[in-house]
Amino acid sequence: MPGAGPGVPKTRSNATPTSPISFWDAFVLIQQLVNGLTLGAVYTLIALSFSLVMGVLGVLNLAIAELFMLGGYFGFAILLARLPLPVALVAGMAGAALVAAIVERIGYQPFRGAPVVTPMLSTLGFSIILQNVATNVWGSDPLQLSDEVLSGRFNIGPASISAIQLVVLSVTVLLVASLAFLVQQTSIGRALRAVAENRDVARLLGVPAGRITLIAFMLSGSLAGAAGVLIGVHYAAITPYIGVEVGLKAIAVMVIGGTTRIWGSLIAGPLIGIVEVMTVAYVGSQIRDFVVYGLMILILLLRPQGLLGSGRGDQSQRV
Amino acid sequence: MNTTLPPRLRLDRITKAFGGVHALTDLSLDVMPGQIIGLIGPNGAGKTTTFNVITGAYRASSGTVLLDGQAVTSEPPHKIARAGIMRTFQNIRLFSDMTVWEHLLVAQPHSGLAVRRLLPMRFSNRKTIERAEEVLEFFALGNVRNRPARTLPYGLQRRVEMARAVTARPRLLLLDEPVAGMNHDEAEAIRALVLRLRQGGLSILLIEHDMAFVMNLCDELYVLDFGILIAHGRPAEIRANPAVLDAYLGRAA
Repeated sequence: MPGAGPGVPKTRSNATPTSPISFWDAFVLIQQLVNGLTLGAVYTLIALSFSLVMGVLGVLNLAIAELFMLGGYFGFAILLARLPLPVALVAGMAGAALVAAIVERIGYQPFRGAPVVTPMLSTLGFSIILQNVATNVWGSDPLQLSDEVLSGRFNIGPASISAIQLVVLSVTVLLVASLAFLVQQTSIGRALRAVAENRDVARLLGVPAGRITLIAFMLSGSLAGAAGVLIGVHYAAITPYIGVEVGLKAIAVMVIGGTTRIWGSLIAGPLIGIVEVMTVAYVGSQIRDFVVYGLMILILLLRPQGLLGSGRGDQSQRV
Repeated sequence: MNTTLPPRLRLDRITKAFGGVHALTDLSLDVMPGQIIGLIGPNGAGKTTTFNVITGAYRASSGTVLLDGQAVTSEPPHKIARAGIMRTFQNIRLFSDMTVWEHLLVAQPHSGLAVRRLLPMRFSNRKTIERAEEVLEFFALGNVRNRPARTLPYGLQRRVEMARAVTARPRLLLLDEPVAGMNHDEAEAIRALVLRLRQGGLSILLIEHDMAFVMNLCDELYVLDFGILIAHGRPAEIRANPAVLDAYLGRAA
């Protein structure tokens, strides 16, 4: 599974440079765009999950990769109990948020005064432990969904989009919109932005920064959990190791988007998803990571602050 | 002053040491309700350290901070803020991308159901919004309400900082050099604002280097030098105090 993005055909298109662009080529291209967007949507969610904690605390919570994986397992547990997908999604989000709260209290809070590498290492420790727990609870073989949660495809012009892809895309849009609303329009969001910009000043104004930090971790966890459920139902399978590769790519997405501006992920996520799927479809999966991470390095060489990064660093609003 | 009331703020023998260096030694100070008190002294005298101890940003090495008779010395900063002590900063510390309006909301405590915090603003506590409107008008910031703080000129930024500090209805306001870098007219405007705030029942402790401003505004002055209180009295008394003159001029000569 880690070898290919969702829905990527294993065969290459037969197009040769000399032949005219046929209807079939256009069909394949549009189909790949849809597949790329779906994968990119999942990357976006996890990248936002990383960014939220990074933006508020300046700390890379490496356990997010495993919160994503655990969210998938929680969702699967619900689906295997024959409950509907929305319940699975909520369970995945809530479960991952709860684990995120534990990570915050044990893996971050006690090390707040320490250099940033200390909480980062402790979240890495959590990451490995969580993966280990998942391996022991669910085994290292992929857990499969016996039958498809949603079947059916919708034709949009020459391309078709599966019901699952439609769910992945629309849930992502819904979650991103909710997050934007929460951050921009609610009092929790204002408190988050205040703590993100200047924790000390926020506290002197009466904002309980400790509680806001916990909320940031839990929000971040719920996004990762949702991504886990979505990718799980998309593949109809999940393994304890899914977080490692997808998580690293989501970090790349965050960096490409610009770590100082969390909404950069909205551009970088689909971009990386599409580049990855296109590379696999037209060139070959053997150079997929070369292209994805090569692109990351190239973008960073041209724009070290990322696509949307402002370069003003810590002075700017990060959340 | 009415002696039956406890002081709004009392510092009781506060000492603050960083390693072996004493930034403050045995500082005692009272601010009675409705008073405007000035804290002056040469650079490095411990004035801002005093603010940091009062607000809980620093933990006092020894001594007690009392707000209306209640010790707040070991409370975390956000609890001290909620108890009624707010401050402004010598170098303005606004949230750069937040609008003026948002600054007035973020500093207010959130009462009522926690769920409310997830709702859009129009569903949040009506009192919060009414209070923000009131403060916006008081500080004449209505025409910049939707401007991000970073786009405002310096003088307005100072006013937003004061407005932000006042919205949560503090009992004590700490102003750290409120007229630094301002011309005479701007300083006069701030003086008028401070007096109006006092009329509203607020007690104020301020740090300022502008002597004309301090002498005209404050009921009493406390003079610090090397973390030690060297004088306390009415402005006229302080002006004539040889120890103060020595602290300000002696070393410069």
